[in-house]
Amino acid sequence: MLELKRLSKSYVPGKPVLTEIDLEVDARGITAIIGPSGTGKSTLIRCANRLTEPTAGATPFDGEDLARLSGQRLRHARRHIGMVFQEYNLVERLTVMENLLSGRLGYVSAWRAWRRRFPAEDIGAAFELLDVVGLGGFANRRADALSGGQRQRVGIARAVMQRPKLLLADEPTSSLDPKTSVEVMQLLADLARSREIPVLINMHDVELAKRFADRVVGMSGGRVVFDGPPADLGDDVLKTIYGGEGWLH
Amino acid sequence: MSAEAAARDDPFRGNPWTRAAWVALAVYVVYASAQMELSWERVLTGAENASKFFGRMFPPNFDRWELLVKGLVESLEIAVLASALGILIALPVGFAAARNLMPAWATWPARFVIVACRSFHPVIVAILFVKAVGFGALAGILALTVASVGFIGKLFTEAVEEISLKQVEAVRATGAPFASVLAFGVLPQVFSRFIGFSTYQLDSNLRNSTMVGIVGAGGIGGTLFAAFQRFDYDFVCAILIAVISLIMAGEVVATGVRRVFLEGATLAGLFRRGGRPAEARLMEDD
Repeated sequence: MLELKRLSKSYVPGKPVLTEIDLEVDARGITAIIGPSGTGKSTLIRCANRLTEPTAGATPFDGEDLARLSGQRLRHARRHIGMVFQEYNLVERLTVMENLLSGRLGYVSAWRAWRRRFPAEDIGAAFELLDVVGLGGFANRRADALSGGQRQRVGIARAVMQRPKLLLADEPTSSLDPKTSVEVMQLLADLARSREIPVLINMHDVELAKRFADRVVGMSGGRVVFDGPPADLGDDVLKTIYGGEGWLH
Repeated sequence: MSAEAAARDDPFRGNPWTRAAWVALAVYVVYASAQMELSWERVLTGAENASKFFGRMFPPNFDRWELLVKGLVESLEIAVLASALGILIALPVGFAAARNLMPAWATWPARFVIVACRSFHPVIVAILFVKAVGFGALAGILALTVASVGFIGKLFTEAVEEISLKQVEAVRATGAPFASVLAFGVLPQVFSRFIGFSTYQLDSNLRNSTMVGIVGAGGIGGTLFAAFQRFDYDFVCAILIAVISLIMAGEVVATGVRRVFLEGATLAGLFRRGGRPAEARLMEDD
């Protein structure tokens, strides 16, 4: 599905944030990337759909190397990757329904999108998805009138509206309270399972990762230092990843 | 005493440099007034002349009301057409000039166009157009279109450069084409400000349209100037009253337009007293 081959990224030449990352995501289920702040977790996720340009390496997705694509072909490939953002990144002034339908913009001509003439099946799917995420009846609410948890649900729904082959999530719960974080993670897990979409999610809450992930990838210093099931995340592994001891107990 | 201890005594102690600057400004104002022979005698003489002048203006003379209405209607047409044309042109030019969205080969020419349009007062531009296309309303429309493009374009570009790129990024990540990214990611963030600028420019064009007539570019300005030169001060007064009414009417329309576009008021709601639609906002801990 998605492969990261010797992926490297330096924002400042000589100071690499990611060093030769090799990662494969193809099974179903949730893969969680954990690691200390600044270790490149966000950069890695954003290089996967080229919101951030990799400095070196390849990112083959479904056979096509995303790092080499441009223009319309890149856009077409991006349609199959849904993304959930830490700060929801909804278009505040648009309604919930418009935000949901913006997930279909890759499939609808710009002129029809401008006039809000989306195919009936997309609109039907949007209403259905609203019910699934627990926001039935919110279709005409403006996005900036929602709470944080509600906005993230809309963000997740928007990504799922793309009918993607892969879901990326960049710290989706970092701006949410603990209870809402669990609810949002549960929603992501349920949707991923019912629609059979693999999820690559980066998070800094280790407990949340242990609870919901099928596979955990630990990063430290821009490299992968652990890759396995959450059960193997012992204290010594966590110390390797995060350093320090006092925070563990 | 250290500076910190001194500050504890008087936290609002002024900066001596600021005070010196204010004094210097006051001195300069007095000096400049003296240079320009601004004196109380002139104000008093002027007041006497002014009262004689106002006396001849009242009562206002509406005998030549057909001429008045014709001029007003032409001014209105100039203003509306120039605003519409200006808005239409300013939208793409303003987008093209936004440095956070467009590459340099688009922003530099677009910014140049906007700066050129803004540089000159509408009346000067009107003089140029009168020379180019002859007397009449066309020159006025073109001149005010140029003014509109300059004003709306500049403010629109600044609004676009202030948007949150995170929202735009999210729309791009869905694989949307560029035009859709603009329509769904950029435009919603700047639309209300764009409406505000446009209605302001409509009002400004209404005022300027009464002026461009003085140089022959159509509208009530020509009638006003001719009446003035013929010492028909009572007719001048009638024209001035009509212009004030036109501007006031324009303001009501502009407010209505803003309410319709920005607050979702319906046409019926505009006429209801205090008709502002309520907006429910949820609390954060929902």
